[in-house]
Amino acid sequence: MSTTNSIAQARKVVEQLRVEAGIERIKVSKAAAELMSYCEQHARSDPLLVGVPTSENPFKDKKPCIIL
Amino acid sequence: MACQGLGPNETLATLKTESETLKTKLEEERAKLHDAELHQVAEKVEALGQFIIKTRRTLKGHGNKVLCMDWCKDKRRIVSSSQDGKVIVWDAFTANKEHAVTMPCTWVMACAYAPSGCAVACGGLDNKCSVYPLSLDKNENLAAKKKSVAMHTNYLSACSFTNSDMQILTSSGDGTCALWDVESGQLLQSFHGHSADVLCLDLAPSETGNTFVSGGCDKKANVWDMRSGQCIQSFESHESDINSVRYYPSGDAFASGSDDATCRLFDLRADREVSVYSKDSIIFGVSSVDFSLSGRLLFGGYNDYTINVWDVLKGTRVSILFGHENRVSTLRVSPDGTAFCSGSWDHTLRIWA
Repeated sequence: MSTTNSIAQARKVVEQLRVEAGIERIKVSKAAAELMSYCEQHARSDPLLVGVPTSENPFKDKKPCIIL
Repeated sequence: MACQGLGPNETLATLKTESETLKTKLEEERAKLHDAELHQVAEKVEALGQFIIKTRRTLKGHGNKVLCMDWCKDKRRIVSSSQDGKVIVWDAFTANKEHAVTMPCTWVMACAYAPSGCAVACGGLDNKCSVYPLSLDKNENLAAKKKSVAMHTNYLSACSFTNSDMQILTSSGDGTCALWDVESGQLLQSFHGHSADVLCLDLAPSETGNTFVSGGCDKKANVWDMRSGQCIQSFESHESDINSVRYYPSGDAFASGSDDATCRLFDLRADREVSVYSKDSIIFGVSSVDFSLSGRLLFGGYNDYTINVWDVLKGTRVSILFGHENRVSTLRVSPDGTAFCSGSWDHTLRIWA
């Protein structure tokens, strides 16, 4: 019966919302600080961020100089 | 029989009221913790310098739109799939093709490399996800060893191996995601909660545990517990279909790209959107997003043929990359972060570094 389905569905929605409402959250300022700290810690080893010398990046072609 | 287990005062009306109350409570709880914006907190971070990223390789060989690609863990091989039904494995260093498989369907919308590098998975309009072991013998017919793993009731939009070659996670136009055992083809877990096509998924980095995020045409991004099948968090701030989701490298956040022309960053512990990457001049949808290794850069492939590079912390655009001659449909950073690959409706893939 459609009523039973609607009730079952509505109950599922309520259950789901209860789960979501009940989780623990932290402040945005704290979350942001942690995202920043992760970036900072790993910045030096991020090749696309700091760039790697041509000799170490397999995608950057090492073109030898040809003296004519 | 008709209304089993209903409490004495429970009716459809009371359940609906309760659901509205809970939604309001959820918004209030999230708002209470909204004490700052990410870009404000990041004001003191040093600004990024000039960016020189160029196309280093162009992979030509597909006969039609490239729809999806994935890197091998060896950081040099790539698998790509196309509307023409072909799945190609490339050596990105040399731009040579190593394997090619013709699928029985067109629009192969999803492909993934196995962690071992010994197999690839793909699927699309056939509603299935199939695994092809890669043979060292170039003459061997790969299609003969094909193994059908997943069966959905609508198109396959994305697939990903979990930490091993043994399990595959899929998302589908049928509105569900599912976890499958590769060997037996058995359905291990299904994930219900999206109210429309699921378009993308991404697994949390292994250190953070057994969760994954999915995005769909219902404008929602859902975070799931892989073991229980439960949706643990849901985010609804995009204004249109979510085409791509990708975890931040620490696992504490994820980015999404949408047809609403924005990319957004959602922090899992603050349980809310913490940044929007947009510009008035950007009006075309984002098809795919990925982070650089440190999480500082977000690369977005757009339907206006460009790739925009965003400073994740400051919220500003750092660079715009031109080169593709049609929509960018897929984009992934290599496993060691030295380059990223983009695939396009212009039939090519480009490696940028």
